[in-house]
Amino acid sequence: MDLRNIEDSLAAWPPLARLGVTRRDFLRFTTIAGSGLTLGAIIPTAAAKSSALTVLGVEGRPGDYSTPFVRIDPDNTVTVICKHVEAGQGVWTGLPAVVAEELDASWDQMRAESSPAKVPTYGNFAFGPKGQVQGTGGSTSMANSWDQLRHAGAYARAMLVQAAANRWKVPASEITVSDGVVAHSSGKKATFGELAAAAGKLPLPAEVKLKDPAQFKLIGRQEKLPRLDSHSKSTGAQQFAIDVMLPDMMTAVVLRPPRFGAQVQSIDSAAAKAIPGVVDVVQIPRGVAVVARDTWAAKKGREALKVSWDESGAEKRGTDAIFKEYRQMSGGAGAVKVESRGDADAALKKAAKVVDVEFEFPYLAHAPMEPLTAVARLSADKCEVWAGCQFHTIDQANAAQAAGLKPDQVFINTLAAGGTFGRRATADSDYISEAVSIAKATGGKYPVKVIWTREDDITGGRYRPATYHHVTAGLSQDGKLIAVKQDVVNQSIMAGTPMAGMIKDGVDPTSVEGGTAEQYEVENAHVTWVQAKVGVPILWWRSVGHTHTGFVKEVLIDELAQAAGKDPVAFRLSLLDKNPRQAGVLRLVAQKAGWDKPFPNGQAGPNGGRRGRGIAIHESFNTVVAHVVEVTVNDGTIKVDRVVTAVDCGIAVTPDVVRAQMQSCIGYGLSAALYGKISLTEGRVDQTNFHQYRVLRLNEMPRSIEIHIVPSTNPPTGVGEPGTPPIAPAVANAVRAATGIKLHKLPFDLAAAKATKT
Amino acid sequence: MAIKLTVNNQPQELDVDPQMPLLWAIRDHLKLTGTKFGCGMALCGACTVHIDGQPTRSCVTPISAVAGKSVTTIEGLSTPAGKAVQTAWVGLDVPQCGYCQSGQIMSASALLAGNSKPTDADIDAAMSGNICRCATYARIRAAIHQAADSLPASQAKS
Repeated sequence: MDLRNIEDSLAAWPPLARLGVTRRDFLRFTTIAGSGLTLGAIIPTAAAKSSALTVLGVEGRPGDYSTPFVRIDPDNTVTVICKHVEAGQGVWTGLPAVVAEELDASWDQMRAESSPAKVPTYGNFAFGPKGQVQGTGGSTSMANSWDQLRHAGAYARAMLVQAAANRWKVPASEITVSDGVVAHSSGKKATFGELAAAAGKLPLPAEVKLKDPAQFKLIGRQEKLPRLDSHSKSTGAQQFAIDVMLPDMMTAVVLRPPRFGAQVQSIDSAAAKAIPGVVDVVQIPRGVAVVARDTWAAKKGREALKVSWDESGAEKRGTDAIFKEYRQMSGGAGAVKVESRGDADAALKKAAKVVDVEFEFPYLAHAPMEPLTAVARLSADKCEVWAGCQFHTIDQANAAQAAGLKPDQVFINTLAAGGTFGRRATADSDYISEAVSIAKATGGKYPVKVIWTREDDITGGRYRPATYHHVTAGLSQDGKLIAVKQDVVNQSIMAGTPMAGMIKDGVDPTSVEGGTAEQYEVENAHVTWVQAKVGVPILWWRSVGHTHTGFVKEVLIDELAQAAGKDPVAFRLSLLDKNPRQAGVLRLVAQKAGWDKPFPNGQAGPNGGRRGRGIAIHESFNTVVAHVVEVTVNDGTIKVDRVVTAVDCGIAVTPDVVRAQMQSCIGYGLSAALYGKISLTEGRVDQTNFHQYRVLRLNEMPRSIEIHIVPSTNPPTGVGEPGTPPIAPAVANAVRAATGIKLHKLPFDLAAAKATKT
Repeated sequence: MAIKLTVNNQPQELDVDPQMPLLWAIRDHLKLTGTKFGCGMALCGACTVHIDGQPTRSCVTPISAVAGKSVTTIEGLSTPAGKAVQTAWVGLDVPQCGYCQSGQIMSASALLAGNSKPTDADIDAAMSGNICRCATYARIRAAIHQAADSLPASQAKS
């Protein structure tokens, strides 16, 4: 998927168009420097009093900064203003590292905080060259900040040097900066904090020179650069949206439709209002809100609330029926062409061997540990929002609509998000719109915090789309892959949203990205997609379309290798001649995992179990990840013993964060492979909480995980998502190696798969 | 009638619904927000606090059941085991999103208070009730071992 189209698509969306970014504004914030686009007049200043900036928003954040990306305070701290939300992926460490490198700062003096919502200043260039949308997604945070923040650090450094030169009356060229100290050969020294005020009064240098990467001291050089948020997150001090406590604030929970698409018919709020602590019951576009003095009263009020629903327009199908329809629709009349080259049908007719497989993937909830939460405070001409915003300016525009204000009257305070995995990036800003709608419906009498319970989260929709694939692939007599036919059925994430412009030639790229014929060389390919129309709300889920296309691709290729009588690594390499990057990652992971070495005791595992080893590789969001997995299958259960990972993400800015993200992707992907499933019966979601929507626990995490980062001089790409797609297929391939059981349906059900074993 | 209890060594009186879970009493009424809401059914461990030293899921513990007892939250964690756990957590950069980590740390410090040299099986047993969606589990395990190694056996107990 080319994310750069998002911007053009959104530009026509009325709420965002009202933001009114003018060409003049854009130029004001823009300088062309070197090969890249650098935003922001990067003027270090001491003007911003730390007290005004660090308080979590009783007064709200100042709406503007004279220093868009870097602030150097008299106390000698260097604060990097992060336009991307910290949701665990490490931007509060990685982005400061980029600035610190060019600034020659000491790591100890670095700080991170969230930027306000503002474009183009904080726009995401991966979403469009004009920076008209601020958002975090598609594993773009580092890639689209890299050039920008290197320049920000370099400008700040040049201005500190000039300030020192002026003060000491020496040429700037004689001044050095190292580890946060500005020095001259005469012995004069100053800290950044001592020079910041003077530096802030200087004009922006015409140009700055970035470091030669060979001179880097922090970027990629420190195996473990301490995370800037570890302390606050190990002491309970880190504030999330759910922790925001404003004076006179009320807490709300919302009763939402029991079936997706149902509408409120009538409300009997008498019993709810009788609960001590309940102060208001109001209808909002997404349901009925119970507003109370504390969370407990709000929950009890909701239990007492009686709402009857008009379900005439509601989705009433269950997932069994939905999958049945998907199988029938696959490749049929509604299919649009995704890719076509050569003549796949003719090639398949000539094929010596054909592998024909159906795959099924369920709906999946993101289930971030912090349930969706937002705080809104509304007055006649201003709306403040506190949330773990992932789509900052879209959230701003939606909040403005809900409040009846203009976007520039909405002040977004982005807090650390307690996980998101895509869930907080929605086109209608669902949970934020709810908070603002409640504040509006209650006349702005008090600030409102809306909390989703876990049941609200699991049953509330916005799932990874349930998906069906039918793949037919053919091998020639000598075991060469000659044709792939792939038919995909699922809902479109983009359709019906302001991002519908991403749909090109009738194909939503998020439905089919990462397909087999896209990543492996095959002469004849025919790929189609049917857009299913189901009333279950869906969304991107950590690695989006790759969650299913990567599985299909890597299980299929493994079964083809087996059919061809070839080694899975060698077979893949034969299809990657034109992709040296993937081939390099594959060779590295195979070598590090000891792919060619049999298990010491053969396939016999403990207690009669069977051991197996599997491999998978996938490229997503410009990053390549491969996993080799070792499993023991015993009594119908799969235990993942060992994972060896290789990743090529360009320059690994903070290698320990890269490793952490690979571990995280492995655990997240294993949850989906082993347990993850949202099902519906007659339109109602069957799962409600973690006892039914199981996720991986500590005792199930592979005990041995080795991560190998490919050395690179290419600009950094992302790591938040790309480790996810290849883990489930690597496990499936390992299970097949151990037992012969083919797993084509997620989550894995060994007993069911065994019954259909071929 | 107000319920009396001790929270982080401070006496507190709470005049709330006796059925209110301790979690919401300490978050909404005492404004101690380090303890997190994750599931409300004792399934995820994000709300773990110590009650008279025992790790307890505060989301299913009615405030009335805690009358006269001593509650410790992440903000008041000060035992040698607790401090060793927090030091190891920071040293190994365990947290990612960080939301579940208060509960993880409260579970881990309770484990070390009763078992100064836990085996991997002990860690599995004590920590599998705490979910981390970022899957920081490998580092959690390593940090517990590191904290145990840093702690003389006699000092672990509170």
